Amino acid sequence: MQKTGYYGQWGGAYIPEILFETFQELNAAFAAAKADPAFWQEYVGLMATYSCRPTPLTHAANLSEHFGGAQIYIKREDLNHTGAHKANNVMGQGLLVKRMGKKRVIAETGAGQHGVATATMAAKFGLECTIYMGEEDVMRQRPNVFWMEKLGATVVPVTSGSKTLKDAINEAFRDWVTRMDDTHYVMGTVCGPHPFPEMVAWFQSIIGQEAHEQINKQFGALPARVYACVGGGSNAMGIFQGFLEHPEVELIGVEAGGHGVDTGQHAARLASKDASAGVAQGYHTMFLQNNDGQMMDTHSVAAGLDYIGVSPILADLWEQGRVRFAAATDQEVMAALELTMKREGIIPALESSHAFVQAYKEAGTLRPDQAIIVNMSGRGDKDIFTVAHAFDDPSWKEFIRKKGAEYAA
Amino acid sequence: MQLEESIRHELARPEKDILLMTHIVLGYPSLEVNRQVISQMVANGVELIEMQIPFSEPMADGPTIVRANQEALAAGTTVAACLEFAEEMCRTHKTSFLFMTYYNILYKFGIEEFFKKARQIGIKGFIIPDLPPEEGEDFWRLAGEYDIAPILIYAPTSTEARMQELAKSAQGFIYCVARKGVTGQQTDFDNDFESYMARCRRGATGLPLAVGFGISSRADIAYLTGKADIGVIGTATINLVDKEGPEAVGPFIAGLR
Repeated sequence: MQKTGYYGQWGGAYIPEILFETFQELNAAFAAAKADPAFWQEYVGLMATYSCRPTPLTHAANLSEHFGGAQIYIKREDLNHTGAHKANNVMGQGLLVKRMGKKRVIAETGAGQHGVATATMAAKFGLECTIYMGEEDVMRQRPNVFWMEKLGATVVPVTSGSKTLKDAINEAFRDWVTRMDDTHYVMGTVCGPHPFPEMVAWFQSIIGQEAHEQINKQFGALPARVYACVGGGSNAMGIFQGFLEHPEVELIGVEAGGHGVDTGQHAARLASKDASAGVAQGYHTMFLQNNDGQMMDTHSVAAGLDYIGVSPILADLWEQGRVRFAAATDQEVMAALELTMKREGIIPALESSHAFVQAYKEAGTLRPDQAIIVNMSGRGDKDIFTVAHAFDDPSWKEFIRKKGAEYAA
Repeated sequence: MQLEESIRHELARPEKDILLMTHIVLGYPSLEVNRQVISQMVANGVELIEMQIPFSEPMADGPTIVRANQEALAAGTTVAACLEFAEEMCRTHKTSFLFMTYYNILYKFGIEEFFKKARQIGIKGFIIPDLPPEEGEDFWRLAGEYDIAPILIYAPTSTEARMQELAKSAQGFIYCVARKGVTGQQTDFDNDFESYMARCRRGATGLPLAVGFGISSRADIAYLTGKADIGVIGTATINLVDKEGPEAVGPFIAGLR
């Protein structure tokens, strides 16, 4: 029997029975939208006028010279409205929600970028919006919480489990089984039960389509390698799809190495030996879990990568050997972030900085007549507290002290 | 067939209009308290007990059971300890015991190994809320081979056609979720509920019906009598043990019917 929603052995739809009809409806609506060329046109038109698509491909001339190897190109998803690739998926699902006639959207968020994008979409389309966010992430991504609330969304801090992204997903599902009639769950990444991996990958494929055309035009050839950070894997799937059919383009996914892949404090599923096959959060993939099947606590400086599972599509591409996986540690990430700021005047998000780490490790080993692309999934503004803390910045600390005193008065 | 037979046997007794199934989370607050609670449940005539093996991602459960899962794991409850405890319970009591857990616990243990072990222990059924019949092919085959009833779930959102489809894979009884949402919130019984139950009865193709989610009082059980074959008490006893200790469980169960 050919089962739907599988990529090799990975994927599936392990959903509670109460959501069966909801998924039937969603599958039908998505299939109809995908088969309708007018839907994709509407989507591209919306992204061109409301977001900033096509996003530029920037030649990082200074960094290319610095490493003395390949020409480094940066795909600028940070220039999307709301500051990350998350807008692509969210606006696409928003159009689908309008087709389905639902009045309310819910979403999980880790770094807060998906939450901000969803709150933005809800404001634009006139939908009620609730965002679930792990309590730990609420603390470390406070600016995004502020914007979500200002955009009219209700932000619910999730206090169960490890208080991070996976727990926010569980909580969003608990909401959905209660209010499936009027509510759509805007899953933020290429994970979860079918059809979400396929749907989110489809909306994000716009990144790869553009990047493919842009590198040909600007560099005159395909890149040797493409780098993307991988939490759930949506920005990676987005850009990789533009090059999957070209085996000469090597695809590299960079996971969160946290304190190091040998320390147990990381979120590297495919780049470490710590993950094993399992079924959770509605799908079959490689999870960071113990021998009993209990999910482990993960660690990353980047909330958006701090997750136990990985896209079933990427697990399959990994198993096939089509995508290579690497990990970047928190420390390496801070160094790459600083270098990118100083040399190019570009501030990548902590998540995106993982991709830069691996690109910088390898750029010098390639020739100057070769090109590489780094997918910069988002901008770093949201990380101001985390980054300032990591740099132990004295003037920032002074500012916070003064503000604190002002509010305490 | 062993589970359905036990249920039919109990239902055939003239004083039994409705059976009771209770629920515990293994390791919460401790296996020792679980032991006391189960003794009281059995002594007060509970016919079926679902023992939940805790999982770190209990997606279909509400706040009370989520917290119980989390605390059981934090206290170091392992799958091996749950199996050992279950073996003791099956050996000690004549009540029908079922495992409730999420699919990953079986998957990681090895599906067939888990069936083999459960069969050896004397477990009669599995309730796995995140495993629809479209997934886990081996599971459905092994359920037949080891005669452990896979309990399928009907929801108020299920159409009659879907119910009939589910009934093909079901054994033992059907677990009808009384309302939308997760475990542990109050359920309102109204006309919609009655037409839902009628739909469940038509869709169940003769299997007994259990009703759970939000069942917590004698009035609830009285209402269900004649409509369902089994009333399921879940979160209510966990809250009771939290507030009044394990010794409160006996009188509570005795007062339900």
